Amino acid sequence: MNRRASTFAVHAILAAYTLLALFPIFLILINSVKSRTAIFGSPLSLPGPDTFSLVGYQKVFSDSQVPLYFFNSVLVTVVTIALVLIIGAMAAWALTEYGFKGATLLKLYLSIGIMVPIRLGSVAILKLIVGMGLVNTWTGLILVYTAQGLPLSVFILSEFVGQIPKDLKEAGRAEGVSEYQIFVYVILPLLRPAMATVAVFSMIPVWNDLWFPLLLAPGNGAQTITLGIQQFIGEYVTDWNAVLAALSVAIIPVLVLYVVFSRQLIRGLTAGAVK
Amino acid sequence: MTDTPAEQRNFGLVGLSKARFAVLITVFLGPALAIYTLFAVYPLIATIAYAMYHVAPDGSSRFAGLDNFRTLLFDDTWSKPFWNAFRNNSWFFLIHMLVQNPIGLLLAALLSQSKLTGRAAYRTLIFMPTMLSVVIIGFIWQLILSPLWGVSKSFLAAIGMQSWFAPWLGLESSALITISLMSVWQFVGIPMILIYTALIAIPEDFIDAARVDGLNARQIFTHIKLPLIAPTIGLVSVLTFVNNFNAFDLIYAVKGAIAGPNFATDIMGTFFYRTFFGHQLQLGDRTMGSAVATMMFLIILAGLMIYLVLIQRRLQRYSY
Amino acid sequence: MKNTLVTTALAAALLAGLSATALAGSIKIESWRNDDADIWKNKIIPAFNAKHADIKVEFAPSPPTEYNAGLNARLDGGTAGDLITCRPFDASLELFKKGHLAGLNELDGMKNFSEVAKSAWTTDDGKTTFCLPMGAVIHGFMYNKDAFAKVGAEVPKTEDEFFAVLEKFKKDGTYTPLAMGTNDQWESATMGFQNIGPNYWMGEDGRAGLIKGTAKLTDAPYVNVWKSLAKWGPYLGDGYKAQKYPDSQNLFSLGKAAIYPAGSWDISTFRKDGAFKLGAFSPPTPAGAKDCYISDHTDIGIGMNSKSKNSADAKVFLEWMATDEFANIFANELPGFFPLSNAKVTVKDDVAQEFVSWRAKCKSTIRNSYQILSRGTPNFENELWNVSAQVINGTMTPEAAGKQTEEGLSKWYEPHKK
Repeated sequence: MNRRASTFAVHAILAAYTLLALFPIFLILINSVKSRTAIFGSPLSLPGPDTFSLVGYQKVFSDSQVPLYFFNSVLVTVVTIALVLIIGAMAAWALTEYGFKGATLLKLYLSIGIMVPIRLGSVAILKLIVGMGLVNTWTGLILVYTAQGLPLSVFILSEFVGQIPKDLKEAGRAEGVSEYQIFVYVILPLLRPAMATVAVFSMIPVWNDLWFPLLLAPGNGAQTITLGIQQFIGEYVTDWNAVLAALSVAIIPVLVLYVVFSRQLIRGLTAGAVK
Repeated sequence: MTDTPAEQRNFGLVGLSKARFAVLITVFLGPALAIYTLFAVYPLIATIAYAMYHVAPDGSSRFAGLDNFRTLLFDDTWSKPFWNAFRNNSWFFLIHMLVQNPIGLLLAALLSQSKLTGRAAYRTLIFMPTMLSVVIIGFIWQLILSPLWGVSKSFLAAIGMQSWFAPWLGLESSALITISLMSVWQFVGIPMILIYTALIAIPEDFIDAARVDGLNARQIFTHIKLPLIAPTIGLVSVLTFVNNFNAFDLIYAVKGAIAGPNFATDIMGTFFYRTFFGHQLQLGDRTMGSAVATMMFLIILAGLMIYLVLIQRRLQRYSY
Repeated sequence: MKNTLVTTALAAALLAGLSATALAGSIKIESWRNDDADIWKNKIIPAFNAKHADIKVEFAPSPPTEYNAGLNARLDGGTAGDLITCRPFDASLELFKKGHLAGLNELDGMKNFSEVAKSAWTTDDGKTTFCLPMGAVIHGFMYNKDAFAKVGAEVPKTEDEFFAVLEKFKKDGTYTPLAMGTNDQWESATMGFQNIGPNYWMGEDGRAGLIKGTAKLTDAPYVNVWKSLAKWGPYLGDGYKAQKYPDSQNLFSLGKAAIYPAGSWDISTFRKDGAFKLGAFSPPTPAGAKDCYISDHTDIGIGMNSKSKNSADAKVFLEWMATDEFANIFANELPGFFPLSNAKVTVKDDVAQEFVSWRAKCKSTIRNSYQILSRGTPNFENELWNVSAQVINGTMTPEAAGKQTEEGLSKWYEPHKK
């Protein structure tokens, strides 16, 4: 009896918070398919046959290169995450496993990047990217984002590398397997759950960033979706149909991707924790 | 972490020659260090160096030592907005600590209960706002709180609290709190996931043993689980601190770079942006902006030191 | 699996790096006028291409709030466009001093502009002009003619009449009397202070007085402006303190508000959305005033990036922008921006005509914070935003607003140090 009541309370709290988390998103989505008068007149009601309208979406898709921007964002994010994970895991492994002189110092050096927003060095970054001829390219953004994501990646992965049982590594070494092979075949698979965490944490700021696309890739079709949407909203700021549709277009793919991706992610997380 | 002597840890590496070892380290560390140094550290150092220069209108610069910092901290014109931004930023952080992290902890504790149905769904859905762009979050909440659109007004009216409605984002007394809560709403997923991961990592035996000793669920949580996840909570706190003192986008998106009313929502990030890049008729001041950036760096460093020296050491004494 | 993913991704990244090459024979225009993107793409550039088919022109606007910062960074980094839309006075002057903008004295078309028009983009010594003047904007009030007819209100000429009309609308209750918010702050200063102010400080006299130091912001002519603004609060919309600029535009264009403190550039917005008869009146004069003054502000010019790789083509475009043809397209496609060239232009939009007709009956001035006075710290323009919004919000007295801004100026500006 008591147990049932407490289960109910747990579900009530979680459901209430879930509602709070989703309601604003839901509100934008339902209003994006309503007519202008209905948006203002009854914002909380669902679209009905009288109030249903796709005029905002027509504007968004006739007027902008949303699919292209979306592709840009996916590409930049995926490559950045891949680099942050692989390079980060390599560094974490070297720093934690090989207790060479200066490893602690290097760790400290890398952790500066967690503390300080890389944005503070924008002007120097821009000059660098220009010097390398990487303006308005994905490569420029990827390099900067990789530098931005690496410290946290190394930091988190180091913790996990430290927890890997010694026997697993020593068994391989005793059989004369090279360090590179140990890293690729033993360590990387073991780090997968941790890498999932790092991926999520590194992905959010990259996907959502407005700053560096604005500076480094503002044109020539290299805009990311966040910048594209910001530019679009700026242009149609008084047209609520278009604004709500643009917001929805920016939200929906992220949510779909996230829901698909999160199954893997959470399986990874749980597997790592339960062992 | 406990330090194991190097010889012991590198048991398998004993046979490796010095040169091979150097190659090994270079291969593993090289890429990370190269990218990081070039695109993160060098630009930051350039910024700090820049803070020590004066630039004449024609673009020529001369070394000025700590002049800019003296101006920033002791000249009224600069120190007032600086300390105002610092104070607001501290509130911003405090609200996150008092609201975001406890909610995150509560949600994580509830989620980590064994035999909870729908756990994956809850986890996924609650984390969702974290995935969205700050530009979008800012816009959504502005629409909801807009006195013109009336969503929050009609919502309050529906539950009989219409008189409670106010243009929260526009009042000096409530603008900062409102924006902080918007940010909390978006980022609560992060402490939740981190703490959740730590909670489910606690070995079942610990909890079984406690149960055998006759502790109830609440006691198990406060006496067994909480101490065990203390390092994670410490980590969450320090991440919150760093993120909050780096914050910029949300306030910029909602209130603009001049962070009104009467600078009530001005935090370090917006102050830096305004100084560095200028605003409307205010010209960007690269050197003073760099000085502000350097101060942000020092503040974050100070916070981190406090964490490392005072908190993490203590926490470690209690763990395992 | 992860490895193939990375390899593919790396290859893609490499390709991306290779594929970015500049188009030859094309010029790019930097601008904050993202509202006008359609007009540029569909009217202005095609008209230019009718004469110069070989030059490809791209209009690349960024949002107004990000323009200055983004442009500065792109100029520093060398990624900015060939033509730069110029803010008036110091912001552009700085770009010139830093060598980002080229001097344009030798431009033939420059002779089509008066000294006054050029003053916003000329060095302090008067020797070099670095941007071609494009347009001016005029402040005033727009109103919903249908609303006025329904409530039986007359167009106000004096300050007293103005508040009487507002009171009438408030009593009637159908319309929000005044559509403006204080959330974004700049409207309070620009559509409020700079809009009604010239009538109080006698236009150019008061502006010059501030620059010379013979007038202070604590003097009656300036404090009285804030005193008048302080009375606006009760007539603004519910929750005006959180109302943003687009909210105000929506409120008015949906026909829910009676009067809109305006800049003439708003005309095109309301032409697009509004479903009612639109009118405009000049800023009401305070009691006892003989003359009227308007803010007729040199707002927008265009200059050339000194590092442009297509400077020859960019100059061709600039020369074209100095012609009568451009002035006519500009004036009529973007009603509310009034060309600064000496060209004979017929403005077709009736509200725009109303705005421009005030030039004949009132004396023109520009916003008093733009020339020289916003060079120091604290920044005068930022201060005006802050105090004007606070005065309207009722959190600051008009006297305190005068005191704070004057103190700000006296901190760095010699003529105000007593």
